[in-house]
Amino acid sequence: MATASSTARPGAKPADPPWDVDPDSARAAAALVARQSQVLAALARILPAESLLYRHEDTVAFECDGLTAYRQSPLVVAMPHNEEQVAQILQQCHDLGVPVVARGAGTGLSGGALPHRAGVTLSLARLNRIRHIDPLGRTAVVQCGVRNLAISEAAAPLGLYYAPDPSSQIACSIGGNIAENSGGVHCLKYGLTLHNVLCIRGYTAEGESVQFGSAALDAPGLDLVPLVVGSEGMLAVVTEVTVRLTPKPQLAQCIMASFETIETAGAAVADIIGAGIVPAGLELMDKPMTAAVENFVHAGYDLEAAAILLCESDGTIEEVAEEIGRMRAVLEGSGATRIEVSRDEAQRLRFWSGRKNAFPASGGLSPDYMCMDSTIPRRRLAEMLRAIESMEGKYGLRCVNVFHAGDGNLHPLILFDANDPDQLHRCELFGADILETSVHMGGTVSGEHGVGVEKLNSMCVQFSAVERELMLAIKRAFDPAELLNPGKAVPTLQRCAEYGKMHVHRGMMPFPDLPRF
Amino acid sequence: MDAVVTRLADQIRGAAAGAAPLCIRGSGSKDFYGGVPVGAPLEMGELRGICSYEPTEMVITARAGTPLAEVEAALAEKGQCLAFEPPRFGGKGTLGGMVAAGLAGPARASVGGVRDFVLGVSLLDGRGELLQFGGQVMKNVAGYDVSRVLAGSLGVLGAIAEVSLKVPPVGAARQTLVFDLDQGAAIVQAQQWTSLAVPIRASAWHQGRLHVRLEGALAAVESNAVRLCASHAATALEPEAAAAYWSDLRDHEHAFFRGPPPDGQTLWRIAVPPAHPPLDLPGDTLVEWGGGQRWVFSDAPASHMRAIAERAGGHATAFRGAPERAETFAPLQPALERIHRRLKAAFDPAGIFNRGRLYPWL
Repeated sequence: MATASSTARPGAKPADPPWDVDPDSARAAAALVARQSQVLAALARILPAESLLYRHEDTVAFECDGLTAYRQSPLVVAMPHNEEQVAQILQQCHDLGVPVVARGAGTGLSGGALPHRAGVTLSLARLNRIRHIDPLGRTAVVQCGVRNLAISEAAAPLGLYYAPDPSSQIACSIGGNIAENSGGVHCLKYGLTLHNVLCIRGYTAEGESVQFGSAALDAPGLDLVPLVVGSEGMLAVVTEVTVRLTPKPQLAQCIMASFETIETAGAAVADIIGAGIVPAGLELMDKPMTAAVENFVHAGYDLEAAAILLCESDGTIEEVAEEIGRMRAVLEGSGATRIEVSRDEAQRLRFWSGRKNAFPASGGLSPDYMCMDSTIPRRRLAEMLRAIESMEGKYGLRCVNVFHAGDGNLHPLILFDANDPDQLHRCELFGADILETSVHMGGTVSGEHGVGVEKLNSMCVQFSAVERELMLAIKRAFDPAELLNPGKAVPTLQRCAEYGKMHVHRGMMPFPDLPRF
Repeated sequence: MDAVVTRLADQIRGAAAGAAPLCIRGSGSKDFYGGVPVGAPLEMGELRGICSYEPTEMVITARAGTPLAEVEAALAEKGQCLAFEPPRFGGKGTLGGMVAAGLAGPARASVGGVRDFVLGVSLLDGRGELLQFGGQVMKNVAGYDVSRVLAGSLGVLGAIAEVSLKVPPVGAARQTLVFDLDQGAAIVQAQQWTSLAVPIRASAWHQGRLHVRLEGALAAVESNAVRLCASHAATALEPEAAAAYWSDLRDHEHAFFRGPPPDGQTLWRIAVPPAHPPLDLPGDTLVEWGGGQRWVFSDAPASHMRAIAERAGGHATAFRGAPERAETFAPLQPALERIHRRLKAAFDPAGIFNRGRLYPWL
């Protein structure tokens, strides 16, 4: 996992800027210094000095997002207070041909907000006002920097909330949620960010105002909302979002069920869905993960079980009673060895405490972990877990597993020590193996964390050259000069060609004895 | 590539070479909608059949020319459905046409639209390349979400070959109640009930009567029906009558829609923020989606209808019977129009697919 600055851009041409052609040269360094003063001079006409950061000690906090293994100093960090400033910054950067990386709370897990060494990081955290909540129409109009949980907090007095709940919801911003199409543990029933957003306002790379969707349930023309949602800041800069609010369910109840084998747990997931039940949440933890979180939260998890399922129902009191009864019957029929239904809210939250703390608990198991995010058809969960088990032997690293089982979205956490370059490398191979196995099972390399810089190579496996070519053309349709977050999400053809060669010439790989596909 | 797809791809390449327009065609049930179809037909009807259906995955994958009726029958057998209730004009529609038209029925406001259920597609682009986007899984953020953009695209980007859709279970119970309310009260009431988590799956107001369909868990439907009837005078419809009512509404067989538009009148579809108070619409009005979709027959000029919709934060579509079909859809802001043009060029460089169907310049 090299830092972004240490290698030349694949396919860089001599006519490209010096920092692309030969990033470590004195010529590149000088060119960057010159460009920095040029950009600062242009932006100083728009922003007060305190809103422009450029000294290394000031910009260091912006070097990475939640994927800390990738770091890069930005040329300049711009922190606008309002939309007019956003528009002007974009216009200036466009005129100067300077890349712009929009950034929300910086909690992303795939390096989507990794700075560009010759670009401006546009921190939108200060656009954090909730403009309007419509209690009758159940919508909220919020600026992009508003935190996910702050929307639900503001809507709570009206008995409403914003349904998508990524685990970083205390900190992550709605603008970032749009960029990643964030999910959470309630997606199967309540949808992803896409399903809970009506209207997105923002600016094109040229700084022109643009609106996708509308406050109505549809808008004229092509529906571009699904392109912009999940586009990782590459199509437009989002400044204001109209979200749909959901009535808070009267009651939520959770079943914790134990299974003796991974296979029976996987089958139980299919049985639930097959019975016509759409649980509010359906999560699976394997035995090592359960042990880790029990040690962390002491929630009374069954440490003997090969897998634990958390199955939640919400709605009216009558609805929940009916659904919990049906869920229990299905789980019993599927061979659950132990079933516990939460008696009250405190117990329900205790059931969830482990799941919600899966990441920090894993931090206690090992100096570092790498979280994967692929999605597979639900019916192949057990097969996938077995495959991961055998990869543990293959790569000599441990892996603990939590799944959004209802969505088929996996979060295997590969444990390693980043200070050991060999472990880091094996971890990367392990991760790529999981992603490729997921694609071969009919799944996708990213369910909710995005591609960013982390999964660029895996995109080469999932999509053909013509499909990737079309995605690059979509990027240019929105941003002809390719200045918005360049180099993320969709790999260049050259990059995939390089990656393809690595696969073909296995003898060249650092671990030629590792069995691959 | 199978033989039918290969033949379609060949036809596309031939047309692209001569920049000759193609009209992507399923059953033709929505020929009335959008700009007048032009060009040689690209017949999708032979590309039919369900490719895979896994009820435990809540996913069905079928080829574009598969009749909607065939898909719905397969789903019904397993207690699942197309929750967005797409209209079946004349009972002939195909799956590909359903996605391309992007029209949803009475349940739209509560469950989402066509695009919300699209999980993946394979698409023949303007070069005759078969491309795949999305997949058969619920969550997928790898690359741009091209598959969902095709919902409502009216075929201007390419010919859908295959679609995967999320297919949720049908509600365990349903009950339709009818209330005597004026339009303003009906809109407010539908919104308030939804805010109170009353499981309203569909609503429709016409000529002083609000039909509300509760759907969901048995306990929730029963308790809420009792609750609503206790606070408001309501009539409960018999299950057969209720099913017929919603099916007619969905397929535009309801008395309001039936038959060709009256002389010189256009059927306008006004989409506005659902809670918006009644609009000053010049004619008999039918309100769906808790207020989000309002239908009116009128001979008022398009500019008048568009202004009314825009003032309310929405847009107006000349759905059927417009004198000028090229102006079916509301115009776009300049930045959006430029993006549309460039997207069209990316998908269909020779500009052959469904020319003028969405906009005259596309």
